[in-house]
Amino acid sequence: MATRRVAALTGAVLLLGIAGAARATERLGIGRPATEAEIAAWNIDIDRDGRKLPPGSGSVAQGRAVFEAHCASCHGSRGEGGIGDRLVGGQGTLATAKPIKTVGSFWPYAPTLFDYIRRAMPLNAPQSLSADEVYAVSAYLLHLNGLVSDETILDAKSLASIRMPNRDGFVPDPRPDVRP
Amino acid sequence: MSDDAPKKSPARRRFLAQGAAAAAGILAGGGAPGRSRAEAAAPPGIPDWMKEPGADVGSQTYGQPSRFESGLIRNVPKGLKQYTSASSRTPLQDLDGILTPNGLFYERHHGGIPDIDPAQHRLLVHGLVETPLVLTLDDIRRFPSESRIHFLECSGNPGFEAIKAGRTASDLVGLVSCAEWTGVRLATVLREAGLKPDARWVVAEGADAAAMTRSLPIAKCLDDALLVYSQNGERLRPQQGYPLRVLLPGFEGNMSVKWLRRLNVTAEPAFSREETAKYTDLMPDGTARQFTFVMEAKSIITRPSGTQRIAPGFHEITGLAWTGRGKISGVQVSVDSGRTWQDAALQEPVLTRALTRFRLPWTWDGQPTTIASRAIDETGYVQPGFADLTAVRGLNSFYHNNAVVPWRIAASGEVANGYA
Repeated sequence: MATRRVAALTGAVLLLGIAGAARATERLGIGRPATEAEIAAWNIDIDRDGRKLPPGSGSVAQGRAVFEAHCASCHGSRGEGGIGDRLVGGQGTLATAKPIKTVGSFWPYAPTLFDYIRRAMPLNAPQSLSADEVYAVSAYLLHLNGLVSDETILDAKSLASIRMPNRDGFVPDPRPDVRP
Repeated sequence: MSDDAPKKSPARRRFLAQGAAAAAGILAGGGAPGRSRAEAAAPPGIPDWMKEPGADVGSQTYGQPSRFESGLIRNVPKGLKQYTSASSRTPLQDLDGILTPNGLFYERHHGGIPDIDPAQHRLLVHGLVETPLVLTLDDIRRFPSESRIHFLECSGNPGFEAIKAGRTASDLVGLVSCAEWTGVRLATVLREAGLKPDARWVVAEGADAAAMTRSLPIAKCLDDALLVYSQNGERLRPQQGYPLRVLLPGFEGNMSVKWLRRLNVTAEPAFSREETAKYTDLMPDGTARQFTFVMEAKSIITRPSGTQRIAPGFHEITGLAWTGRGKISGVQVSVDSGRTWQDAALQEPVLTRALTRFRLPWTWDGQPTTIASRAIDETGYVQPGFADLTAVRGLNSFYHNNAVVPWRIAASGEVANGYA
C-alpha cells in the first residue's frame, strides 16, 4: 500500500515537472504581432549577396557630386581620408608591415557599402541620402578604387555583381592561438 | 563644485604621495590663516565639520561623490579629430572592488549618444520567427527577469601599437568595466516570437545615429545573452544604451548593441561593416580573422600602476583579472621583472565572465624592478606576453590584444609603462 502511494506521488511530481518545463517554453502573450508594413519600414539590412538591395540607381558622375557635397569634408575629395577614414587605395598592402585598409583593399562585399552608407553616413546626417544617392556614392567610391569605370551606373543587380578584391581574405577564428 | 576642492588628482592618490606634508599642501586652502585646515583637524584639534550640523537629509536628491573626489572622472582622450565616434575609459587605477560605478563605465559610441524617450522606443523582432513582434519597454519588463554580474570590454583594449603609448592603467586597458545587469534572457524573447528551424544568427540594430549593426550567433543568443534595461540597480545610463541593450557576456563589447531597437533573425550573418571592415583581425599574411568574439583572459595591476609613485616599504599589489571563457582560476604576479611568479589571492566571489579582484602583499626594497600580473582561466588558458602574442599575430591586428602589462618601478618610486 505504502509503496503504491509513494509511486503515485512520484508520478504526480513527475507530471508537474513536465508541465512546468512545458510552461517554460510556452508563449507568455507579451507584445503584439508586427505587421508586414512595419517590418518593411524598419528593416534596412542588406546581406552580402545584395538580394535585399532596394530599387534605384546612381552613376559615378552623380556620386562625385554627392560625395563632394556630403562626404569630402571628412574623407577628402578623392577619398584620401581626413577626419574620417581613408576610403581609397591600399590594394596589395594587406600583407605588408604598413597595411592600408580601405573600401577597395579590404571590404569583402560591395553590398555592405550600400548598407553602411545608408544607415550611418554622413556622420552628421545619417539616413538622409536617397537610395539613388547611396547607389551613386557607392559607384563613385568603387570607381575611385579602380573597381568600376567612370561610365558605371549602379543598381541592385550591378552592385551585387561586383567582386571585391579582398572577398576571400577572411578566415575563421582559430583562437586560442598563443601559448606563453 | 566649491572653489577650494582639489583641482586635479583624486584624493585617493594622496595615499601614494610621499608623506602627509604633501597631502596637507594639496588639501590646504580655506583654513585659518597660518594654520592649514588639515593641521587644525589633526589631533588634538577638533575638525570644523564636527562643530556644526552637516548638510540636510535630501540636500542631494541624486547623491554625488564627495567634492574632494572631483578628479575621479572618465579618461577622455584629448585632441581627437572628432568625438562622435570615439571612446572614453574607466579610471581603473582609482577604483576598488569589481563593480564600475555607472558614471565611470567606459564609453564607445559610433554615432554619439542618442537621447531616447522610452515611451516612444520599440523593439521589433522579425525575420525567421513564427510571430514577428513589436515590444514596448513595459512589455519587456513583464518578461521573467534575471540579474548577473559581467564585465564588458571593447575589443581594442588597447590596440597593438597603443600598448607602448599608454601611461596609466586606464590608458592601457580602461575600455573594460563591470556591472550587475538586469534584464530578460534573449532566449526568452526569441522563444516568445518562436524561432524557425533555420534560424542561425540574430542581427541586432541600435537606435543610434550609426544604426549599429552586429550579427549575433544563435548559440550565444540561446545561452547566456541578456536584453538589459538596468545596470547596477538603476535604469541604464544613456551612454550604456538606455533604455535597452544587448549583453553578450564575454564577447567583444561592440556586439552588445546599445539602444537596441531591432532583432532580425536570419540564416546568415549580415556581414555588416562592423564585422568585415572593422572588428576583424588582420594577420601578417594579409588575411583577417572574422567573427573573433571571445575576449581572452587578461589582467592588470591597478595599484601600483603607471604615473603613481611609491615609497620603499609595504604595499598591497592589487588589480583586476577577467576572461570571456568563464571564471578566472588564478592570477600570478611577478615582482622581479618576470623571473619568478607567485600566486595572488583572489577576492570572493569569483564570478563567471566578471572582473575578479586580486591582491598580493609586497614590500618594496627601493631597488628598480618591474611588476606584472598574468591571468589563468578555468580552461587552463594563460594570459600571454606581448612578444608571444605578436609572434603569432603581428602588429597590425589591432583588436584582441590581451598581453601582460608590466609596470616599471624606478629607484625614485615612479611607476611607468614597462613597454614604453
